[in-house]
Amino acid sequence: MSRYRAIALLPVMAALSGCNLVVLNPAGDVASQQGDLVVISTLLMLLIIVPVMALTVLFAWRYRQSNNTARYEPDWDHSTQLELVIWAAPLLIIICLGAITWVTTHKLDPYRPLDRIASDKPLPAGAKPLEVQVVALDWKWLFVYPEYGIASVNEMAAPVDRQIRFSLTASSVMNAFYVPALAGMIYTMPGMETKLHAVINEPGTYKGFSSNYSGAGFSHMRFNFLGLSNQDFDGWVSKVKSSGGSLDRNAYLTLEKPSEAVPVQHYGTVDPKLFNAVVNLCVRPGTMCMSDMAAIDRAGGLNAGGKAAADAILRANTLAGFPDTQPTGLCTVAEAVDAAANSGAVQRPTVTPISASAVQAGPQRLANP
Amino acid sequence: MTTTVEAMHGSHAGHDTPRDATPPVFYVRDEHAHEAASTALGFWIYLMSDCLIFAVLFATYGVLGASYAGGPTAKELFDLPLVALNTSMLLLSSITYGFAMLAMEKGRTAQTQGWLAITLLFGLAFLGIELYEFAHLIHEGAGPWRSAFLSAFFTLVGTHGLHVTFGSVWLVTLMVQVARRGLIPANRRRLMCLSMFWHFLDVIWIGVFTYVYLMGALR
Amino acid sequence: MLETLTTFLFGRLSLESFPYHEPIVVATFFAVLLGGIALVAALSYFKLWGYLWTEWFTTVDHKRIGIMYMILGLIMLLRGFADAIMMRAQQAIAFNGSEGYLNSHHFDQVFTAHGVIMIFFVAMPLVTGLMNYVVPLQIGARDVSFPFLNNFSFWMTVGGAVLIMASLFVGEFARTGWLAYPPLSGLEASPDVGVDYYIWALQVAGVGTTLSGINLICTIIKMRAPGMTMMKMPVFTWTSLCTNVLIVASFPILTAVLVLLSLDRYVGTHFFTSDMGGNPMMYVNLIWIWGHPEVYILILPCFGIFSEVTSTFTGKKLFGYTSMVYATVVITILSYLVWLHHFFTMGSGASVNSFFGITTMIISIPTGAKIFNWLFTMYRGRIRFELPMMWTIAFMLTFVIGGMTGVLLAVPPADFVLHNSLFLIAHFHNVIIGGVLFGLFAGIYYWWPKAFGFRLDPFWGKMSFWFWVIGFYFAFMPLYVLGLMGVTRRLRVFEDPSLQIWFQIAAFGAVLIALGIGSFLIQIAVSVLKRNQLVDVTGDPWEGRTLEWATSSPPPGYNFAFTPVIHDNDAWWDMKKRGYARPLEGFRPIHMPSNTGAGIILAGISTVLGFAMIWHIWWLAAVSFIGLLVVAIGHTFNYNRDFHIPVDEVVRTESERTRLLSGQV
Repeated sequence: MSRYRAIALLPVMAALSGCNLVVLNPAGDVASQQGDLVVISTLLMLLIIVPVMALTVLFAWRYRQSNNTARYEPDWDHSTQLELVIWAAPLLIIICLGAITWVTTHKLDPYRPLDRIASDKPLPAGAKPLEVQVVALDWKWLFVYPEYGIASVNEMAAPVDRQIRFSLTASSVMNAFYVPALAGMIYTMPGMETKLHAVINEPGTYKGFSSNYSGAGFSHMRFNFLGLSNQDFDGWVSKVKSSGGSLDRNAYLTLEKPSEAVPVQHYGTVDPKLFNAVVNLCVRPGTMCMSDMAAIDRAGGLNAGGKAAADAILRANTLAGFPDTQPTGLCTVAEAVDAAANSGAVQRPTVTPISASAVQAGPQRLANP
Repeated sequence: MTTTVEAMHGSHAGHDTPRDATPPVFYVRDEHAHEAASTALGFWIYLMSDCLIFAVLFATYGVLGASYAGGPTAKELFDLPLVALNTSMLLLSSITYGFAMLAMEKGRTAQTQGWLAITLLFGLAFLGIELYEFAHLIHEGAGPWRSAFLSAFFTLVGTHGLHVTFGSVWLVTLMVQVARRGLIPANRRRLMCLSMFWHFLDVIWIGVFTYVYLMGALR
Repeated sequence: MLETLTTFLFGRLSLESFPYHEPIVVATFFAVLLGGIALVAALSYFKLWGYLWTEWFTTVDHKRIGIMYMILGLIMLLRGFADAIMMRAQQAIAFNGSEGYLNSHHFDQVFTAHGVIMIFFVAMPLVTGLMNYVVPLQIGARDVSFPFLNNFSFWMTVGGAVLIMASLFVGEFARTGWLAYPPLSGLEASPDVGVDYYIWALQVAGVGTTLSGINLICTIIKMRAPGMTMMKMPVFTWTSLCTNVLIVASFPILTAVLVLLSLDRYVGTHFFTSDMGGNPMMYVNLIWIWGHPEVYILILPCFGIFSEVTSTFTGKKLFGYTSMVYATVVITILSYLVWLHHFFTMGSGASVNSFFGITTMIISIPTGAKIFNWLFTMYRGRIRFELPMMWTIAFMLTFVIGGMTGVLLAVPPADFVLHNSLFLIAHFHNVIIGGVLFGLFAGIYYWWPKAFGFRLDPFWGKMSFWFWVIGFYFAFMPLYVLGLMGVTRRLRVFEDPSLQIWFQIAAFGAVLIALGIGSFLIQIAVSVLKRNQLVDVTGDPWEGRTLEWATSSPPPGYNFAFTPVIHDNDAWWDMKKRGYARPLEGFRPIHMPSNTGAGIILAGISTVLGFAMIWHIWWLAAVSFIGLLVVAIGHTFNYNRDFHIPVDEVVRTESERTRLLSGQV
């Protein structure tokens, strides 16, 4: 693949020497395959683009008005053979590119677990991926390592040659998680969970950032992605563990408030159910989890099967698992309606700045009459 | 390239141009007016663009129609007999508009006006029932802000209702214009446009009734 | 009590809404104010108000409306470009800990306004203006199907532009990016008036665009001259037809989705909220179902312009007319099947992504066929390198690069690493500047002599051309590189100092483009002054092929004294070749629509309504809404909408042309 790269970049090599085209020259296997695809697709298309550009210049020169030696056929406007070529040539290129697209899109689907660590290294049998939960906050990144019970803000580390499995969400608006050296980007969206699989193959410090504009602090929403050897990664984990901070719901609610250019922070312990609660928008005490809400809706509402669903949720002490995150008071529609009416849901609160929005959103959800 | 003059004459060219002239005819001397035909086509295209707005609202309802947010469901909220009565008001108004157009074809101004008035009454009855339904739902706490389902419901049904309201205002305007100037061609053209609009709203309502109310009650 | 009263009277509007503490804005305001006062004073001094009102503001003549659209587009180009140069300057200096000179509050408004203005209030008016001017002439019609509606549509577009300009001095504009994705554009993340300005500016202008689309479809379908079958229509008319079909089939979706966003913001519904069952992804889908056809709305008429220009300046029939038409129709249809390629990275499944990726690539086949058709039109031609042809060659060389990077972005895994990056920015500027803008310039140079009776000065035109083309490459090629370096869009400050040189090159390119715009304005001024040397009395300065060149420059109000009859798709070429003799007698009175002030009044009230809604001034909103109804209904009571140009006047106009043509100037 580096051969292709060399050919493609030859003309601009000189100009670009000294600048780091990380997209074409990344340190992770997934990004590397994606970078190769950029090059291959470009080369494939140059097969037709270069002749067209050359012909344009040639025809423009040859058939200029002052050139009386060139043939002039003012009424020549059709040629079936030529038309066939005109339509067939792009068609052939697109058939090739379409086939490549279909195969690689499935192979490099971010939701699909990896089947290799690098082009020459198959996935070790029985190897467990490193789970990382990512929350895009206003305006910083939170990384939770459920396996180790630790978390960090604006810094992420991973051991080289181990598959990483990201689960991603956001607290308030859309962002996109992107470490160009590691793998392609994926959006992080509030109330939704996206997935990404990747691996880093070379140790180093790489840039990570949000690649979808998300408001005032967007430009500073950066983090360092540390590719570490196994020992170094273990060292990093124990360093974070010993840092002592604890990320429980209250700490999260403080952290969630908008802030810009936030320095790296470490948390030695993390509430294991936090990420699930973030995805379901029910970190704040007294808010109903979206998954619970959806379960009741799916069962046909509270007056139908939803009552049983709600009871089940109560008995199971809620999906998200926080003791007071319960659909309390949701027994009948009448009560639900009363609850809604009393809690001010009928009247939308007037303009609320973003920091206060979460506070307003709480009572607006039905759970807390 | 050399389309024959005859072929061209067949469709458009005026009768005062010679049939076998060389060089061929390059212009016609008489005016050709298009406005009436253009209006029908233009209004039809407008209706199709309006139809797209409803398509978006139907699609929105399709996506959000079961997102009750733990609140009341379609099955609990919809009062089918009332909606059936409402539907019959609108269907009847379409029929009476049809009678108005028949009367217009025969040039009977008074009869046209009479049927238009009846159409208006049915339209207003439809709006009255719809407003009652909305007020009732909001009073129960099931307003458009309660859940995504109710947002989509109120917007789809309400947009249709707004169209009927504008149709009614337009109907009154046309009745005044017919009263003042009679069934002149311009007024006939306007009545024809409103007729298309009114029947279009009927078709949309049939979609609303089936997709929102009937299927909601069955869900 | 007082507070209640002021809230009632002014809604959210207060002294704090005026950015009087921002020196740049205040300076701009006073510059605009002084310019405005000077303009008003000059118009009053020369007693031009009556002339402007009766001859221009209330006109239903498609040619004058077309020219007014062009003026609007060019004025807004200056505003949109000012935003661009501010961004380039900020990004060129905000390194090494420097915050640049724009804080995020301003920078985020600037890039949002730049996108919205360039698409809705520059590209759209320029494209609509050219279609308005040229299509009726090309099909041999006297006007469009609904002349009053045409005037109304134009003033609605102006109304939207007025609202967006007002946001500069009263309140603020959206800080959301040009498509205002929720939840960022929702009430919680954007509680101020910015997003409301966005919504109402687009809604007011959108009504105008949709109606203008309906109008031009009807015009092309119903008002073609006898003999002009569908397959004898000029290619520009074909592409205009397809564009207007796209407008009518996509703008209602924008209207609907913005209504839903407004309901979320004004009523508290839950369409696009994250909670209570709302679904922000639905907004993203719906806005792109409009948004993707929108880019073809812009580019298709430009393809038409290039077809006309190539065939005219090579002195040849267009190669492959039929396949050109089919390619246009195929693009029109396919443009509805590709919208998801704008968000491959939002977690759609692999099969969905591949489907939309491949449909996107398929569009490049008819587009490629078009490029080849222009190429083979040049083949064995006699190419005259006048300005329109120079822009066409520049387009062909530039657009293929943008097309290639576009297809590259359609490969989902490649898009994963390039989406939202400066590579994407470079791509769409490459097709929008290299395609739409170059096309518009080609069209302006090509049809200017038709509209005004004299050519544009070639020296300053060439200056503008070279500044624009070279400036474009300097401004956007570095962005491709930066995209490959993993730099994302809409960033205000940077950490990595190695990026700075590329942003500085891009800023230099923007300066060159500024010189290009300046040269263009100088060119217009110089040409107006030298109009006697540049004059064209023939009405056919380029050896034209289509019907608009058959009449005088500028054409009379009625366009053609007699309706032409068409035998060939290069109708005027055919007429010239086969001995067409201009009719000199037998004229008749001509039936024409009358001017009306209803359009500008209705649009003015709509703009006030929008402003009242933005600032929550409910009484004003109610009053203006009722006013809108009353004026609209009142207008329908006017049955005298047309008149006849007396035969004497037709005879006078036509004999003046006869005199000019025979050279007795």
